Amino acid sequence: MTGKMNKRLIRVIIAFILFVICLILDFNNLYKNIIYLIAYVIAGYDVVFKALRNIIRGKVFDENFLMTIATIGAFAIGEFPEAVAVMLFYQVGELFQSYAVDKSRKSVANLMDIRPDYANVYRKGIVQKINPSEVNIGETILIKPGEKIPLDGTVINGESRLNTLALTGETLPRKVGPGDEVLSGCINSDGTLKVKVIKEFKESTVSKILDLVENASSRKSKSENFISKFAKYYTPIVVVIAIILAIIPPLITGEEFSKWLYRALSFLVVSCPCALVISVPLSFFGGIGAASKIGVLVKGSNYLEALANTETIVCDKTGTLTEGVFKVQKIEGVNYNNDELLKYTAYAENYSNHPIAKVVREAYGKVIDEKLITDTKEISGKGVIAKVDRKNVLVGNEKLMQENNIEYQKSKEVGTVIYTAINNKFAGTITIKDKIKEDAYKAMILFKNNNVKKIVMLTGDREVISEEVANKLKIDEYHAELLPQDKVELVQKLISQKTKEGKVVFVGDGINDAPVLALADIGVAMGGLGSDAAIEVADVVIMTDEPSKIASAINISKRTMNIVKQNIVFAITVKIGVLVLSGLGLATMWAAVFADVGVSVLAILNALRVLKVKSS
Amino acid sequence: MQYKFKINGLDCANCANELESALQKIDFIDNVSISFMIQRLTFECAKENKSLALKQIKKVIKKEEPDVTIEEI
Repeated sequence: MTGKMNKRLIRVIIAFILFVICLILDFNNLYKNIIYLIAYVIAGYDVVFKALRNIIRGKVFDENFLMTIATIGAFAIGEFPEAVAVMLFYQVGELFQSYAVDKSRKSVANLMDIRPDYANVYRKGIVQKINPSEVNIGETILIKPGEKIPLDGTVINGESRLNTLALTGETLPRKVGPGDEVLSGCINSDGTLKVKVIKEFKESTVSKILDLVENASSRKSKSENFISKFAKYYTPIVVVIAIILAIIPPLITGEEFSKWLYRALSFLVVSCPCALVISVPLSFFGGIGAASKIGVLVKGSNYLEALANTETIVCDKTGTLTEGVFKVQKIEGVNYNNDELLKYTAYAENYSNHPIAKVVREAYGKVIDEKLITDTKEISGKGVIAKVDRKNVLVGNEKLMQENNIEYQKSKEVGTVIYTAINNKFAGTITIKDKIKEDAYKAMILFKNNNVKKIVMLTGDREVISEEVANKLKIDEYHAELLPQDKVELVQKLISQKTKEGKVVFVGDGINDAPVLALADIGVAMGGLGSDAAIEVADVVIMTDEPSKIASAINISKRTMNIVKQNIVFAITVKIGVLVLSGLGLATMWAAVFADVGVSVLAILNALRVLKVKSS
Repeated sequence: MQYKFKINGLDCANCANELESALQKIDFIDNVSISFMIQRLTFECAKENKSLALKQIKKVIKKEEPDVTIEEI
């Protein structure tokens, strides 16, 4: 709690004690009224002061002014307890509001506690502690265990594990060694690292991320704009009705003036829109904070709001749904076991520069004894022939098998299939392909659970491969062998097909998809950690490479929107209800005060719930 | 150029909205935004107009919310 809030709390408590004494004890009315006045001044002197200042500036719809008028009016018609109660509970509401705002500011700040305070730089032969923004590219910095990495760089020496939790929501540490790139904002957990700086602080990952999150609440959502518009009209309308209520009915009916003034004053009590106005941005702020906690950066309240209406999700294939890295997926030995098959194939391909050969050698993983390999011959477009351990080994595609009259079995696998024959006998096949991410299966189920109507996959890859991925993931629609401009056209078409409120989300790796990311209602870039391009061009950045995080983001968005709607409907209903009741004389000023403060407190408590969203 | 300021002393979200709309009326600055939650004022203006813009902004703030102060970040 800040000092300002503490002072206010003490004032409220003293005033409340005095107020309760007057309410329950029975003594002389004059003394009572004096104590009421003292309680009023203690509770509300600042409000009255601000109100007077506002009158001079001509701001009559300011809440300080309204509260002052309501309470002074109550004194004027002799309702002393009501006057004190209105001021007292108004202050309680304000206090609560600043407490809640303060609390959520702090918890979001904690979530984003990634800003490094210093960098240990080698200068003039010694290590100096320097503000990260003063470190230049090319300088060498030292990062000890437990410290935050202050700037992006490459490891010169040392090995360690990095904790990326604050950036990605990922709990598994990342191993780094010489030559690896390290990103600012991660925490060095084990060893000491010597790192050469490759980016200035302003351009480093940590600055970009902080910038993005901080700017997010400047892009206001429709709900926020609605509520500020509502507030703009609500207060003047209520005040005007209050004035009419105080003057006209007594003139017509000839009833007592004070009776209608009392009703009019109740109107003023409910005329403050502030609780309503604060609860909406507070919810969005919490939602954006909750999303960044799980490694999803949402660039604006407007995008968080739009995510809830996701109707179509368009995914890029390579790198988004698949790992984007070719790996040996299947080994089927015939006449030889799988290990032997892989060994002979790797040996035969030892001298080949073909990317596929590299993948096979990686899968084999053991040291190749080059003495065993003789007579290697590469046949362009077909494969390799080599003598391995005095055996004739043929490795290549079907054409190579046919040319050498090998009786081979055609593989049913989709992907790149390598056929191997040893001593002119078919030895089996090895299938290489891009692997579908485990997380992609989970993502698809979660999308459907989140009422996403259509999932579309777009890719430049071959038809057969795309078909297999689409079938395995149960994707509704896929388009293969696309050029970049085809993707743009297809996304345009999907946007024209959606319902008015529905949103088209495009998910890509952010490198080749810039036009589509910009075109879609919401562009989501995957694997944002380390990719500046992705962070810049997308509306939402997923720091890890898990597509299921989009589903989590949609969840957070829906939760946030539910809370926002609850608050708007609840607060407006209660306020209008109280207005009608007090206009009819059925509600006292007490009811008005409690309704007003109660609505504030409940709406704010409700908004704070957003921060507690769990990641799954 | 976009400029960012920390904005202190704003009591309520509605005051922030009102101040924002008052600042939007200043001629040569664009995209004025006040975020109550992160206590930030952002606006865009030509580099050579910055000091003039600041003068205008401070004038408006003094009239609308005398308790509010801003500091550049």
